[in-house]
Amino acid sequence: MRLVRLADGADLAEWRGHARALLAEGVAPEQVQWQVGEQAGLLPANADGPMPSMAAGVAGSVPREFLVLATRVLAHADARRHAVLYRLLWRLAHGERALLRIVTDDDVAWALRAAKAVSREKHKMKAFVRFREVQGAQGNVFVAWFEPEHDVLPQVAPFFVRRFAGMRWSILTPTRSAHWDGQALTLGAGARRTDAPGADALEDLWRTYFANIFNPARLKVDAMVKEMPVRYWKNLPEATLIPGLIRDASARMESMVQAPPTVPRKAFPAPAARAVPAATGGLDVLRVEAAACRACPLWQPATQTVFGEGPADARVVLLGEQPGDQEDLAGRPFVGPSGQLLDRALKELGLDRRAMYVTNTVKHFKFEPRGKRRLHARANATEQAACRRWLEAELIRLRPRWIVCLGAMAAQAILGKDVRLLEERGRWHALGDGTQALATVHPSYLLRLTAGEREVAWPAFVRDLALLQRALAA
Amino acid sequence: MKLSEKLALLADAAKYDASCSSSGGQKRDARASGGIGSNEGMGICHAYAPDGRCISLLKILLTNFCIYDCAYCINRRSSNVRRARFTVEEVVQLTMDFYRRNYIEGLFLSSGIIRSSDYTMEMLVEVARRLRQEERFGGYIHLKTIPDASPELLAAAGRWADRLSINVEMPTEGGLKALAPEKDQRDIRQAMGRMRLNIEEAKAEKKAPRFAPAGQSTQMIVGADDASDRDVLTTSGNLYSNYRLKRVYFSAFSPIPDASKALPLRPPPLVREHRLYQADWLMRFYGFDVAEIAPPDASGMLDLDIDPKLAWALRHREQFPVDLNTAPRETLLRVPGLGVTTVKKLLAMRRHRRVRYDDLVKLRVPMRKVAPFVATLDHRPHAEGETRALRAAASEPSRQADLFGH
Repeated sequence: MRLVRLADGADLAEWRGHARALLAEGVAPEQVQWQVGEQAGLLPANADGPMPSMAAGVAGSVPREFLVLATRVLAHADARRHAVLYRLLWRLAHGERALLRIVTDDDVAWALRAAKAVSREKHKMKAFVRFREVQGAQGNVFVAWFEPEHDVLPQVAPFFVRRFAGMRWSILTPTRSAHWDGQALTLGAGARRTDAPGADALEDLWRTYFANIFNPARLKVDAMVKEMPVRYWKNLPEATLIPGLIRDASARMESMVQAPPTVPRKAFPAPAARAVPAATGGLDVLRVEAAACRACPLWQPATQTVFGEGPADARVVLLGEQPGDQEDLAGRPFVGPSGQLLDRALKELGLDRRAMYVTNTVKHFKFEPRGKRRLHARANATEQAACRRWLEAELIRLRPRWIVCLGAMAAQAILGKDVRLLEERGRWHALGDGTQALATVHPSYLLRLTAGEREVAWPAFVRDLALLQRALAA
Repeated sequence: MKLSEKLALLADAAKYDASCSSSGGQKRDARASGGIGSNEGMGICHAYAPDGRCISLLKILLTNFCIYDCAYCINRRSSNVRRARFTVEEVVQLTMDFYRRNYIEGLFLSSGIIRSSDYTMEMLVEVARRLRQEERFGGYIHLKTIPDASPELLAAAGRWADRLSINVEMPTEGGLKALAPEKDQRDIRQAMGRMRLNIEEAKAEKKAPRFAPAGQSTQMIVGADDASDRDVLTTSGNLYSNYRLKRVYFSAFSPIPDASKALPLRPPPLVREHRLYQADWLMRFYGFDVAEIAPPDASGMLDLDIDPKLAWALRHREQFPVDLNTAPRETLLRVPGLGVTTVKKLLAMRRHRRVRYDDLVKLRVPMRKVAPFVATLDHRPHAEGETRALRAAASEPSRQADLFGH
């Protein structure tokens, strides 16, 4: 039987040094006895014999995951932890490479449970440490008393450094203490409760908050105790209130339910009503009306009506099909990827979009939700028909000289149901009232093409729009 | 009025906001700033109140004066509740004092609307700015955003805060009209849309100013109107996909002091809220959609006795038993009693050896619930378990733990 004495039962480096040596020597787990103790601390780390240098060869192949697990398990209070870890190490090194995957293996399960308990204790320590401020010679110091179930302070202290770098603090526990002076972290010996301050002036305010954020109408004591076990309560200033809050909760709730409605004693002014543009019949009014449109069901899942925008005296109307995801969010037409492509084409031709009226045939985004994405869906004939009155109303008010239809839906709305976009694109059509209409593809069509196809389609699109450039110049 | 009295009133007024999350957002470390406060991505609950809710943030209103008259709200202008108002300085000081003592992760600041939306929003933003710039505060800040505040104020809010939120208040537009007639669902959706654009723009461009790196969330009150669970889940599904929300919180309507006559007297059972969170979870992480979870019957209500996954499985007995040694991940996730973590463990394990009944026991899954739905190397459930018996056996004791509430 081999006896290994550890000075610090939670220290990975120390345990690992011994374990490596034992493994290299071929000492089987059942031949090792692990001990942590005061006397052990007085001995040099290699008291049980020199460490063979070949150790790294065997232990070096241990999965990193094991070291992470071991760090946690070593902080556990159970005295068997060193033996279980060594057994795991032994088995990993002796043919059971995938051992940690077999989470129902007794050793693995034990270690995982221990690691989980330690992780939880670390988390609870971050949560439940309560500092009290004390006057110090070099300014105020924040001191906390905490009683962890496992030996987690060395692992948690860096968290408090990251969080409270700008103040001086100490955390005292029965077995260890940690101190931060604004520059360096020091770990020291354990302390007694009386070494920590007994109160802090802020605690009354904190209790006031705790009492008032509690909702007596929804008592769930089990849920509270599950997350904040009673053993922590003695060091939580707010916990003294808990029994009273629970006791009075149902009476408070009943009195709320029983209380008759009251008459307001004081009248506060109501919010100002939304400004509505005067009923001039202009585009502004139309926009407000369209915002409330429910002529088809598309409004329901959408954010808003995406109405046209541009000067009321624009001579050119750019007409698209439907708004997309980005347009729905922004409430403006052609601001997404298609809009950017359109802008690029207009820029190439030296055309100013701001002088044109830009709108869509259907004013609501239609989509199918797919997880967190919204996939574009084409508005059907009924939805298109329901929306037609807005486009007609826009065109009546604008009386544009030229209309550029982007995509088949827009072309059909202006040139008639039977129009075939690919046959009719790239030339002007007289609409009878003096308006000329031009049809071309929708920029989103270009986005769907492969890079090779786009090399042909892009110039054709620009060529179509160049007709507008020429018409404007004439 | 004394500070403690203000705190009592303005915390009391804030408790109907269910969110107390302090997760996500930009990583911060006080060693870099020499100040106080860090954010490591995972929120911490510093205390729990007897209502089972986590206390992570100092959750208060700047003021409970309000020009709106929303029936469900304790602060509506026609309520006779005592009114109070913090100064910006008081909120900053209180946040720092609490934070230094490790009571909180940060601040969740909301407010009644006084004078105008912009006036109120400006004050909220000023608190956040002072914390960040003058106190070098690195903890979490969540600001409640007012839908029609100006874009400049929204940008400033997003710059200082980790998370922003706008409450949709009610699951349906009808509900909002009935209980909050001065609010407009369109304003709320538009504001959420703008917020998503801002968040995505800040993420896409490195040089863009910071904007709410922990995203946006919202809340709706459940049980104050007659919206069904299907309505609630349809709305939350829509909100997740439209605005990429981090969370949609459900807040079971609870009686308030000095309640409006428009409200029901009694609260809905708390377990309803719990079932909705479970259903929401199934939609977000387990690949279910609303139509599957909300039962096909007319009521559109979830079963209160059993969880929604079990309810679905009992309606689809033909899809079971699932063979734990061969079924793909998405099928395993549909087995009642198997969670994401257990499924991950099973998948990792079965690459090396076959799964047996005893493995399930050792994984500590709820056997009574799982066993009737799975096959292992050495176990097949009895061919015809009575659905009613299964239901009874698998019903949990009515623990009302608010597992997903925070």
